Amino acid sequence: MRMILRRLGLYALTAWVAISVNFLLPRLMPGNPIQNLIGRLQGQVTSNEIRAIRLSFGFGVNQGLVAQYFTYVSQLFHGNLGVSITLGASVSSILRASVPWTVGLIGLSTIISFAIGTFAGAMLGWTRGSRFDSFIPTATFFQAVPYFFLATVMLLIFGSDLHWFPVLGAYSQSVTPGWNWAFLSSVVRYGELPVISIVLSSIAGWMLGMRNMMITMIGEDFVLMAVAKGLPRRKVIMHAARNAVLPSIANLSLAIGLVVSGALLVELVFNYPGVGDLLLQAVLNEDYPLIQGIFLVITLTVLAANLIADFVYLALDPRTRTEAAL
Amino acid sequence: MKALRLPRSPKVLLGLGIFGFFIIMTVIGPWLAPYSPSATNFTPNLTPSAHHLLGTTSLGQDIFSQLLVGARATMVVALLAGLVATVLSVTIGVTAGYLGGFSDDGLSLLSNVFLAIPGLPLLIVIDSYLPVNSRSNSLVIGLVISLTGWAWGARVLRAQTMSLRNRDFVEAARIIGEKRIRIMFSEIAPNLLPILASSLLFTVLYSIGAYVTLAYIGLTSTAVWNWGTMLYWAQSNNAPLSGEWYWFVPPGICIALVGTSLALLNFGIDEFINPRLRDAGLTSRQRRSLGLPRRIRLGLTPVLRPAIAKKISPSPAKLVGQ
Repeated sequence: MRMILRRLGLYALTAWVAISVNFLLPRLMPGNPIQNLIGRLQGQVTSNEIRAIRLSFGFGVNQGLVAQYFTYVSQLFHGNLGVSITLGASVSSILRASVPWTVGLIGLSTIISFAIGTFAGAMLGWTRGSRFDSFIPTATFFQAVPYFFLATVMLLIFGSDLHWFPVLGAYSQSVTPGWNWAFLSSVVRYGELPVISIVLSSIAGWMLGMRNMMITMIGEDFVLMAVAKGLPRRKVIMHAARNAVLPSIANLSLAIGLVVSGALLVELVFNYPGVGDLLLQAVLNEDYPLIQGIFLVITLTVLAANLIADFVYLALDPRTRTEAAL
Repeated sequence: MKALRLPRSPKVLLGLGIFGFFIIMTVIGPWLAPYSPSATNFTPNLTPSAHHLLGTTSLGQDIFSQLLVGARATMVVALLAGLVATVLSVTIGVTAGYLGGFSDDGLSLLSNVFLAIPGLPLLIVIDSYLPVNSRSNSLVIGLVISLTGWAWGARVLRAQTMSLRNRDFVEAARIIGEKRIRIMFSEIAPNLLPILASSLLFTVLYSIGAYVTLAYIGLTSTAVWNWGTMLYWAQSNNAPLSGEWYWFVPPGICIALVGTSLALLNFGIDEFINPRLRDAGLTSRQRRSLGLPRRIRLGLTPVLRPAIAKKISPSPAKLVGQ
């Protein structure tokens, strides 16, 4: 359990850093962005709203920086992320509507990509030197293409030209959202192309990592032993793969951050109603409270995903459990 | 390449070739551009022709010139960010790994925090607060990108430094009374060269992606031509959906090719660090002519003697089992 406690500590610290970045950036940046913003919005917002904006950035508050910080953090713990400047609603209510889409889309694509990539990597490692090796440069090319570019090209070819997949949005305009069959099947149908494009962009990383570990693994004596015992090939591969997959899972924390960063833009391309699309709107309108809220929510979600990955690692690697028992 | 003794596999050579091509494009691209990238005095929406190799935008700008001019900003920011991030990761990683104790705890915690925070959202938050005139400054953007990209390298370098710190040659330097800084940077660092190179490639790859993405969502100045701003303008003028592939495909392909070349070079470094990954740079035809098995056998790591690898002769190669 020590490992989990240590990781929890790390994630708590990371969350704290993210919160503090959010608090400090608007107060430290040169040129007073809020003043400019209010200047540009003059006439479009009421004086009450201006006061709210100023307050959320710590202007016109008769408090020291430290006291402001505590107010800010306690507001956060009450789920108050401020008020969006352009949308007028509270940031938390806006995020509540869009976060499930993002978590669903990116979470599902990551799981699919990890599963297929790891399996393919294990096979590539096992059959190294065969003609399947020519797969690797192709996969690398897909990895090097920016996610949003690949998504655009796929949208164009398979969506607009070939009409294989419906495009733009998360569900058909003709169905009513709710727990009914028509809506759910529409969501699945509209999600196919975004999922495929994220999987294509992210799969190479898992595949190459797994292949390299697998090649290292099959040089180990225990694999030779398994072959010598006459185990069926399938079992030998599983035997090696179980050990080779551990570094992939241990590196998940790095990878999830990268995948999420890339995949946010895929939402943009497909007009998916998730956080990525919202982020672009917020950036274009310089809606600072919304940008900050999105940053915080993404960070916390990634940390939660990391924690799950840690539990999986703990379940898969007996060594970590033994160490904990000692 | 010689210093690293990179395996001369076709992958590495291809990677070097592509990367070299884009470096040349970075240097002479803006001089080769036939027109000014911002000049709007051509007929809008031309398809590719001899006059406009990649057609024109809906504002009547020459796309080919934009591509050539844009190479410089893109590559310079990516290389700058990659270099700064690598310097940061060497400093932090080697210091943490060599000193150990409290400094190690603190520095590893710092890099773990930076690893756990998703890079792009952090980048967007920082960048959105930058004053508009800094957003057009490649130096500022490069520095901000490097700030979010150093942690991975630091972690890898720390691990390697820890495995080196108790080797005999380091002990010897310590006994002679060398200064700590000198031991860290002239005794240990040179032994980290392959990992350093791989981390540099990785960060350049990350930086180019990050920079292009920032430009694509309009967070860098749209007056600076790079491949990301080209995609931004293409997207905001609806080029993808109106079939103007010649506007948005070329910059994307260029980014992908630079990335692929870096990844291919990285393969070479991986094979150098971990010899088991090598297939001695032989194609399957060469392997057949050498009488080697098509599939590498279990429990054997084939390592071709350099002399044999040099003159690939039909005589059977010697396999050094492991």
